[in-house]
Amino acid sequence: MTDLTDLGIAAIRKGVADGEFSATEVATAFNAAVAEAQGALNAFIVTTPEKALDAAAKVDADRAAGKPLGKMAGVPIGMKDLFATHGVQTTAASKILEGFKPQYESTVSAKLWDAGAGMLGKLNLDQFAMGSSNETSAFGNVISPWRRPNDTAPLAPGGSSGGSSTAVAARIAPAATGTDTGGSIRQPAAFTGIAGIKPTYGRCSRWGVVAFASSLDQAGPMARDVTDCAIMLEVMAGFDPKDSTSLDMPVPAWSANLSGDMKGKKVGIPREYRLDGMDPDVAKSWDDGIAWLKDAGAEIVEISLPHTKYALPAYYIIAPAEASSNLARYDGVRYGLRDLPDGAGLQDMYAATRAAGFGPEVKRRIMIGTYVLSAGFYDAYYTQAQKVRALIARDFTRAFEQVDVILAPTAPSSAFALGEKSADPLEMYLNDVFSVPASLAGLPAMSVPAGLDRSGLPLGLQVIGKAFDEQGVLNAGLALEARAGFTARPEKWW
Amino acid sequence: MSVDTATVAKIASLSRIKMTDAEVAAMVPELNGILAWVEQLSEVDVTGIEPMTAVIPNTQRLREDVVNADPLTGGNMRDAVLANAPAAEHGFFGVPKVIE
Repeated sequence: MTDLTDLGIAAIRKGVADGEFSATEVATAFNAAVAEAQGALNAFIVTTPEKALDAAAKVDADRAAGKPLGKMAGVPIGMKDLFATHGVQTTAASKILEGFKPQYESTVSAKLWDAGAGMLGKLNLDQFAMGSSNETSAFGNVISPWRRPNDTAPLAPGGSSGGSSTAVAARIAPAATGTDTGGSIRQPAAFTGIAGIKPTYGRCSRWGVVAFASSLDQAGPMARDVTDCAIMLEVMAGFDPKDSTSLDMPVPAWSANLSGDMKGKKVGIPREYRLDGMDPDVAKSWDDGIAWLKDAGAEIVEISLPHTKYALPAYYIIAPAEASSNLARYDGVRYGLRDLPDGAGLQDMYAATRAAGFGPEVKRRIMIGTYVLSAGFYDAYYTQAQKVRALIARDFTRAFEQVDVILAPTAPSSAFALGEKSADPLEMYLNDVFSVPASLAGLPAMSVPAGLDRSGLPLGLQVIGKAFDEQGVLNAGLALEARAGFTARPEKWW
Repeated sequence: MSVDTATVAKIASLSRIKMTDAEVAAMVPELNGILAWVEQLSEVDVTGIEPMTAVIPNTQRLREDVVNADPLTGGNMRDAVLANAPAAEHGFFGVPKVIE
């Protein structure tokens, strides 16, 4: 029998439905893989083997009773620790939420459990999803399963969904949830050689997802391939009256309508993404992607997104501004950490609690956000950034009058070593240069593995689509995937 | 625009984050580096552009005007609401004395 941990969503679902193996066998195999890897990779903050087994037992019983099985039946997944899970600690990788056990279940995770998925555990991430390397977690760094040849230096799994990317790439979970505010699904997927999609803003409910920047936050799946992403996204998406920005639209049958045939489609290549001094391997992989989509029948069109260079600075005003407001709720009163120095009053308690509970990057962003929203600076920073954001969205609207999808690299380099960029916040921020523009415009975008660079590490290609056109994004992703023939996986050293 | 030690201390206070003088001093160059970098936004011509308020056009919905229309977000949830409080007392959130 094949190793069950080599299987993805579609294969597990089919094997369980056909009775080739049981959901319990699958859960047991992944629970063992999780336990074996935890010490070396630190992908999980909490593991929940019993939850995975309980869900599997229910699927096996339903199958035995001849009941219909859900779209994720028998698939154990990792849940990013940004989703509130009833009775299971939810921390956003911050000390300020250590021990917090939600009294309710997030909409997205509830949909996954209803579809027959089980939970392997809560995945590590950058604290409050603020970071691109998973080095800001209060629960330790996540280590990428990938290594450079003849080098044991630990590499970044990307961020903020670094536990998710590591778990899927290391085959200790067939799929995982991610969230993407400025690239937090796509960049870690690219760094670890897996697929991930951020849908149109509003597709997946934000209810029960710890808030970072509410106008940008979107959940999405991270999995081995495009088909698995399509299946899982169908389950995660859907209207939720409890989220005021949820899209009241039907969820299309993305997986059933997958097609890698690009005949008659136009693919835009934004000239502003071709940066001076671009990594030659990244440039080559982009050229490969262009050739692959041509081969799939697409017409390639050069386009211009003139405000691209302003996306990152606009993002680093808007996201911290929203974060400073969202994170005001952590006050040591209602949940989470409380630090009450002797004789302290209420205000001192707030300040002491937040000083003790938030990590340095979170504090930095709260302070930037507070500053740009403060009286006298609001118009110069925040209003200006929101105007620039409108221009960035307009660039995309105009481009999509000419093309169906846009192809670009996902990240400016392959994975870097831990510690390599953490000393300078600005250098870390620049990692999101290709992913942030689509976030600011609320557009669906995905990363698929394209190949390996000169140091043997994965590179990703990014497809950006029109609002609501996840199908177009997934189809272009499928066309790339079929031609990239990416089969590389990290050699097991853990 | 750039910030000095006094400004950073004020931002920390507005943010309700207690910081030592050394932490404030360390934060000054970090914030200035970021602020100098975002300064490039001021060169963008935004004449006639409205600031973005909603990234995907959507309409504001109102919930049904019914008590406990959604039991998950409705009332009668006192114990669940207090379950994670660091100091819940007599059915309330406990805080240090605020009135002398």
